[in-house]
Amino acid sequence: MTAFIHHFTFEFKTGLRNSTLLFMNYLFPLGVYAMMGLVMTQVNPLFVDTLFPAMTVFVILGGTILGLPSPIVEAREAGIYRRYKVNGVPAASIVAVPVLTTMFHALIAVTVVALTAAPLFGGVAPLHWLPFAGVAALMAFMCSAAGALIGVVAANSRATTLLSQLIFLPSMLIGGMMVPLDFLPASIQRFSALLPTTHAMQALAGLAYDQTTAFAPTTSILVLLISGLLAFGLAIYLFNWDSRNQTRRSHPLMALIAFAPYLVSLAL
Amino acid sequence: MNDIAIQVRDFRKTYGETVAVDGISFEVRRGEIFGLLGPNGAGKTSTLECLEGLRQPDGGTLDILGVDPARQAHKLRHLIGVQLQSSGLPADMQVGEAIRFFCAYHGVAPRYDLIERLGLQTKQRSTYAQLSTGQQRRLALALAVAHNPPVVFLDEPTAGLDVGSRAELHALVQELQDADTTIILATHDMAEAEKMTDRVAILLRGKIAATGTPREITATGAGLTKVSVRTEQSVLHGNGAAFPGVSHHLLDEAYAIYFSTDPGATVTALLHHIGAHDDKLIDLRVERPTLEERFLEITTEVSK
Repeated sequence: MTAFIHHFTFEFKTGLRNSTLLFMNYLFPLGVYAMMGLVMTQVNPLFVDTLFPAMTVFVILGGTILGLPSPIVEAREAGIYRRYKVNGVPAASIVAVPVLTTMFHALIAVTVVALTAAPLFGGVAPLHWLPFAGVAALMAFMCSAAGALIGVVAANSRATTLLSQLIFLPSMLIGGMMVPLDFLPASIQRFSALLPTTHAMQALAGLAYDQTTAFAPTTSILVLLISGLLAFGLAIYLFNWDSRNQTRRSHPLMALIAFAPYLVSLAL
Repeated sequence: MNDIAIQVRDFRKTYGETVAVDGISFEVRRGEIFGLLGPNGAGKTSTLECLEGLRQPDGGTLDILGVDPARQAHKLRHLIGVQLQSSGLPADMQVGEAIRFFCAYHGVAPRYDLIERLGLQTKQRSTYAQLSTGQQRRLALALAVAHNPPVVFLDEPTAGLDVGSRAELHALVQELQDADTTIILATHDMAEAEKMTDRVAILLRGKIAATGTPREITATGAGLTKVSVRTEQSVLHGNGAAFPGVSHHLLDEAYAIYFSTDPGATVTALLHHIGAHDDKLIDLRVERPTLEERFLEITTEVSK
């Protein structure tokens, strides 16, 4: 346990100490949040209604899916995990600790949004704070686990960027953050069920704002939870210590299993 | 108690069609510093990485104090300390954090004494990226031995270090041996191997080309000792006299240089000759054949 605490403390500090990680954890998501609050609310006054949950989901997505994979690939390429292995650091810790610390950083950024969205930009605060916090924590876990899985299976930094953008860009466009799900054409609305942001936005709308939702909030919660657990387990299972030794327990495409719950939700 | 710390039997490692290590066998005794020498691609790193549990062997058996590195990874971690040639630490990890982090995973109290012993006490709050190459190597060594492992692997520990840092590392390795630690040292530096190791194995193309003490290995070559002599009146210059044991000689500025199979007899005869011709000795140097010279001979023989 002492080792885990030292590991956690170090990783958490690194998220603040390292300029790239500080940028990805805080400056980028909160910078975009500030810009959206200042500009988007002027361009589209209706955005004020969804600003609070949308920016909550966005800061989580930005810090985790974009921020977590690259440090994992870079550490593997720099031989840091080789050193960890010969010193008895288990693969489970190497995956779990960054997932937890990135979750914490994302939730700190969410707190900043929660404290400022209403007074600064007129955002509509949740009616129920506890479900809001619960959905935010679940989304942070799911996205951190998915980020770790991307870092584990990506062959190099370039592949990391590509894989992260495969989730990030569609989430921005049709994930219910920038454009509410109701405004999307029916055909696109259906495919948005493949994205974690859609389910997070739906869960927040249903549970924290008492709004009518396209999917049952409990389904969205289950999809996020199961997907997060699958991603976390697969990240540990497929973990590779060494960029020079590509031996894995299974093929990296196995990572796609983590997205099975979204496919099921699409069918539902 | 078994005197053997590491036993390698018919060990084989392949990468696809390429045979990196081809059925080698050797033993390392407890408390011994064993050198693994060879050019790039000889199979040193593959051997070390399989012993360290980083790779799986394709044949043969490996044994470290009764533990199979391929199957008993957890037990192995507490038995071995490893300084890897190509590995790093997170750039933002401070020296103090690193020692706490790795000691915690080994289940021992943080070894601040080692940090002090290796001259890093003022660097405890410096990050890994802020350390010089020498300081990074010393930290790597501290982390490798912090849990007092009975077996330590050092892969090119002094590569890229200045003279002072090398000497410090050599002193620490010597201290480890004094504490009965078994050490496998992989190095390109033949002078280092000659100075530090008790026995060496020279690997060439995945096979052991020679094994023994550095002295034994150098003795198996042409075995010519170099005797350089300088006198006041250069009586040896232009002298065609044959001296016992000398296979050939040459002149290099003020020195007459003799290559001898029997340096004792050669030196005695030379001194007698100088005295008999009323000349006066200024300088006399006797240099045994080095491990490096023998290593080059072996590599040439094998490539032929």
